Amino acid sequence: MLRHNSMRNPLAENRMFLSRVVAVFIFMVLLLLGLITRLVYLQVVGHEHYATMAKSNRIKVIPLPPTRGIIYDRQGKILAENIPSYSLELIPEQIKDLDGTLLRLQQLLTIPDEKIAQFLKQKKRSKRFASIPLLLRLSDEEVAKFAVVRPYFPGVDVHARLLRHYPYGLLTSHVVGYVGRINEKELKTLPVSEYRGTHHVGKIGIEKTYESYLHGKTGLSEIETNAQGRAVKKVASDNPEPGANLYLTLDIELQKTAYEALEGFNGALVAIEVKTGDVLAFVSRPGFDPNPFVYGISSKAYKALQQSEDRPMFNRALRGQYPPGSTVKPFFGLAGLEYNVVDFHQKLYCPGYYQLPNVKHKYRDWKKWGHGMVDLNDAITQSCDVYFYDLARTLGIDRMHEFMQKFGFGEKTGIDLVGEKAGLMPSRVWKKKARRQPWYPGETLIAGIGQGFMQVTPVQLARATATLANRGKVVLPHVVGRIINSNFTTVESEHKVETINLKSENIDDVVSAMTNVIHGARGTARRLKKGVNYQIAGKTGTAQVFTVKQEETYNEDEIDIKLRDHALFMTFAPANNPQIAVAVIVENGGHGGSVAAPMAGKIMKQFLMPENNVTTEELTVAN
Amino acid sequence: MRTETRSEQFQSSSLIGGLLRKLHVDIPLFIGLVLVCAISFLILYSAGGQDSGILIRQATRIGVAFVLMIALAHVNPNQFHRHSAMLYVLGVLLLIAVLVVGQIGKGAQRWLDLGFMRFQPSEMIKITTPMMIAWFLSGYALPPKAKQLFIAAILIVIPTVLIAKQPDLGTSLLVASSGAAVLFFAGLSWRFMIATTVVLASLTPVLWHFMRDYQRGRVLTFLDPEADPMGKGYHIIQSKIAIGSGGVHGKGWLGSTQSELDFLPESSTDFIFAVFAEEFGLSGCLGLLALYLLIICRCLYIAVQAQDSYSRLLAGSLTFTFFVYLFVNIGMVIGVLPVVGVPLPLVSYGGTSMVTLLASFGILMSIHTHRKFLPT
Repeated sequence: MLRHNSMRNPLAENRMFLSRVVAVFIFMVLLLLGLITRLVYLQVVGHEHYATMAKSNRIKVIPLPPTRGIIYDRQGKILAENIPSYSLELIPEQIKDLDGTLLRLQQLLTIPDEKIAQFLKQKKRSKRFASIPLLLRLSDEEVAKFAVVRPYFPGVDVHARLLRHYPYGLLTSHVVGYVGRINEKELKTLPVSEYRGTHHVGKIGIEKTYESYLHGKTGLSEIETNAQGRAVKKVASDNPEPGANLYLTLDIELQKTAYEALEGFNGALVAIEVKTGDVLAFVSRPGFDPNPFVYGISSKAYKALQQSEDRPMFNRALRGQYPPGSTVKPFFGLAGLEYNVVDFHQKLYCPGYYQLPNVKHKYRDWKKWGHGMVDLNDAITQSCDVYFYDLARTLGIDRMHEFMQKFGFGEKTGIDLVGEKAGLMPSRVWKKKARRQPWYPGETLIAGIGQGFMQVTPVQLARATATLANRGKVVLPHVVGRIINSNFTTVESEHKVETINLKSENIDDVVSAMTNVIHGARGTARRLKKGVNYQIAGKTGTAQVFTVKQEETYNEDEIDIKLRDHALFMTFAPANNPQIAVAVIVENGGHGGSVAAPMAGKIMKQFLMPENNVTTEELTVAN
Repeated sequence: MRTETRSEQFQSSSLIGGLLRKLHVDIPLFIGLVLVCAISFLILYSAGGQDSGILIRQATRIGVAFVLMIALAHVNPNQFHRHSAMLYVLGVLLLIAVLVVGQIGKGAQRWLDLGFMRFQPSEMIKITTPMMIAWFLSGYALPPKAKQLFIAAILIVIPTVLIAKQPDLGTSLLVASSGAAVLFFAGLSWRFMIATTVVLASLTPVLWHFMRDYQRGRVLTFLDPEADPMGKGYHIIQSKIAIGSGGVHGKGWLGSTQSELDFLPESSTDFIFAVFAEEFGLSGCLGLLALYLLIICRCLYIAVQAQDSYSRLLAGSLTFTFFVYLFVNIGMVIGVLPVVGVPLPLVSYGGTSMVTLLASFGILMSIHTHRKFLPT
C-alpha cells in the first residue's frame, strides 16, 4: 500500500491530519454560525415583516398570459384568432361549502352535470388557491344573471378571457390544427414559468409546430390582496409579450375550392408552388370543427368523431399512406432513361399481360387485350402496365429504390406539421429487416406500377411532383411563410435546397409524355384540357385496395364501396413553365382520370387563371 | 475516546446492536441517518401536499440507498484502495460518454440510459474523485510535494470540467470541493492555499465568460434578487417569506402556508428547507443543524480513528462533501448563496443524491468497522 515508506513519518502525519480535522471542524462551525445568524435575522428580527407579507397583506404574483399570435393565410385572411369570452371560475380555497355553492350555481345558470364532473376532476389536479373555470363562453345574459348575485358567492367570479377561434372551422383543421387545455403530460414538458397563467397549448398542426412562436412571453403583475384574496392594489407589473403572428403560404380560397372539390369522398389534396415549396392548399377530407376542442369538447361529441367510419380526425394528407399506383410511372420512366436501360422511342409489344421467364403467373395489364406496340410516351399516356413491368425488371429494385429516394419517396418531406408519416419505398434491405424475407423478382414488377409494398403520403406525392416540375431541384414543402413577432421583425426560415442530377432531354421527354396524358388523343385525363389557356402535365393512378384473383375480373359496380380502388392524380402546370404542382388521392374513388384529375384541374385553374375567380366575399356582397 | 469504546461494547451486547455490528454498521452514524430520514418523511408529507405516494416513492429510494450503504460497509477498505484508479478512470470515461450522447440529444444531458435504469456518472464521480486523489497522495509521504499537487490538481480538474460542460454547475462544484478537501487533509500548506484563493478570485471574470446565460442569471439574481422579483428572484423572495414568517416556534407541522399556496416553488426538492423553517421555526432549524453537526462529528471521529492515510483522507473528504451539500443548500434557500441545484442532504425528494450520500456513509462505516486494533 505504501510505496515510499522509508521517507514517511507516520507520527508527524498523524499529528498533521488531526490538526487539519480540527481546522475543518472550526471552519464548519463558523460557517454554520453564519447560517444561524442569517436564520435569526430572518426568523426573529424580520419575522413580523415576513409574517405580514405571508399572511394578511400578501403580495400575489399574478401571471399575465400573453396573447397568442394570429395565424393568417397568404392573402392576410385570418385563420386563427383570439376572441374575448367570459368564463365562470371558482377558487375552491375561498369557498366554504363547495357542494352547496355548485348546487346553487347549477340552479341559477342551468349547468349540465357533465360540466360539474369536469370541474371536480380538474379541481383534483389543481392547487387549492387556483382559479378553476366551471363554465366557458358565458352569454351576456348569463353574465348579467351572475353579476346580480355575485356578493353571495365568495370565491366565484366571472373572468374575461381570450379564446382561440378558427373562423374556417373544418376547412383548416388539418393544417392549422387547434389548441386545447394543457394536460398533465404536457404540464411536465412545458416550461413552468412561461406557462403560468396559460391554459391552452397547441395540440396539432401549425398550432403545435409553432407553439414556441405563437405563445409569446408571460408577464407578471405583483398585486397586494386583502384577506379574501381580492386585489387591493397593483404594486408592479411586467407586461407580457404577445406571440408572433404567422403568415401561412396557404391560400384559403384554394383550400376552400379543394375541400369542396373532394365533396362526396374521403381523400386528400396537396398543392405546392413549384418554385418556392409554398403549400397553397392542404386538404384532408373530411375535416372536423376544431372550435369545440378549444373550450372543451363533450365526451359524446369526441367519441362520435373518433368512431366515425370516415375518420375525420385522421390527417390523410400528412399521415395517410396509400399505394401510389400508376402515378409513379413518370418517375420510373425517367429512371429508365437516366440509367440508360430504355430509349424514349424504343417500342415494346403489350399483349395485355406480362410473364417472368419460367413462371406461370401472369402479371396483368389494366387493359385486358393489351396496348399493342408502345414506347415510353404511349406507356405513360395510356398508362400501360406491361411496359413498366418490363422496365422494372430491367432496372431492378436496387436502382428503383435509389432513384425514387432522391425524389423523397419513403422519407418524410419535413413539412412543418407534426406527425408526418414516411411512406415506404421498398428495398432488399428493408424487406430483410421488416419481413425477414428475401426480395422476390415478382415484387419488383408490381413495384414498377406503384403496387405492392410501396406507399406514399399525399404530401410526399405532391412534393415529388413539384421536384419533377422543378427539373430536379428538390422542393421542400412548408406551410408557414413568414413569422412576424411582436417587435415587427420577420423570422426568416432558410431552406437548403439540393438538386437531383438529371439530363435535361430526359426531363423534357417525360414531361412531354405527361402532357400527352391531358392533351394527347388517347390520354387518360383528356377531359382536363377544356377551357384552359395553358398546358398541363400529369399522370393518373388507380391503386388497388384488394387483390383480384388470377381468374377473376374487377367489376367496379359489384364490389363494396370500401374495397373500390383509390383514385390518384399528380400534376403540374403550365407544363413549359411550372408554377403549381398538385397531388390528389381519393379513397375508393375509382378512376384517377375521371374522379381525381378534375379536382386538381379546378385548383390549377383557380391559381393560374385568377381573373375567372369569384371569391366567397364577392359572392356575399353580390347577394 | 475510552467512553466511546465502552458504549460500543455496551451496544454490542444487545441483540439489534450485535446484528448491526456484524453487518459492519456504525451504530451512532446509523441512528443519526435514520433520524434525518425520519425528518425528511415528515417534511415531504407536508411539502408534497400530503400525498402518501410521494412518501412511498421516497421510502423505496431510501430503502435501496440503505441496502447499498450496508453493502459498501461490508467491503474491506483495502478493496476501495485497490480499485480507486480503475473506478476513477471508469467514471471519467462515462462522463465523456454522457457528453457524446448528450450532443446527439439536446440540452443538458446528465444521465446514461442503461435500459433498465438511468445512471448519472456525475454522481459516481463525486465519490471516485476523492478516492482517486486519496489513493494517489497516500502513496507518497505527506504533506505532498509540488509535483504531486500538480498531478492531483489535474485529476480534479478533468471531471470538474466534464461535469461543468453538461452543464451542471452544482455537481461540478461538489466534485471540485471533494478533491480539494483531500488536498487540504493531506497537508496542503496554508501559504499555498491563500495564493490559490487569490489567483482563483482574479480568474472570476474568466469563469464568468464561460458560464451559460442561465448560470449568469442565477449569480445576478443572487447578488440582487429584488431586481427581478417576478422572474428569477421569485424563488428567493418566496423562500425568505416562508422562512421569516416561521418565526421562532414555527407554524407547526402541516401549517406551512407559503408552500401550501404554491408561492414557494420546488418545495419538495431543493427548497424543502424553507418549508421546514416555516413549520418548525428557528428552534427546529437549530435542532436540525445540531443533528447534522452530530453526524459530521461522528464522521470526523471516524476519519481521525482511521489507520492509514488513504482511509483518513477519503473519510475526511467525504465528510467535508456532506457539509458542502448542507451549507450550499441552506445558504441558497436563505439567500446567502446563489441558486445552484444542490439538494438538502438526505431530506430533499429525489433518489440520485440520496444514493450517493448513503454510499459515502457506507464507505465511512467500512473504514471504521474494519479497523484492526493495533497496540499503540
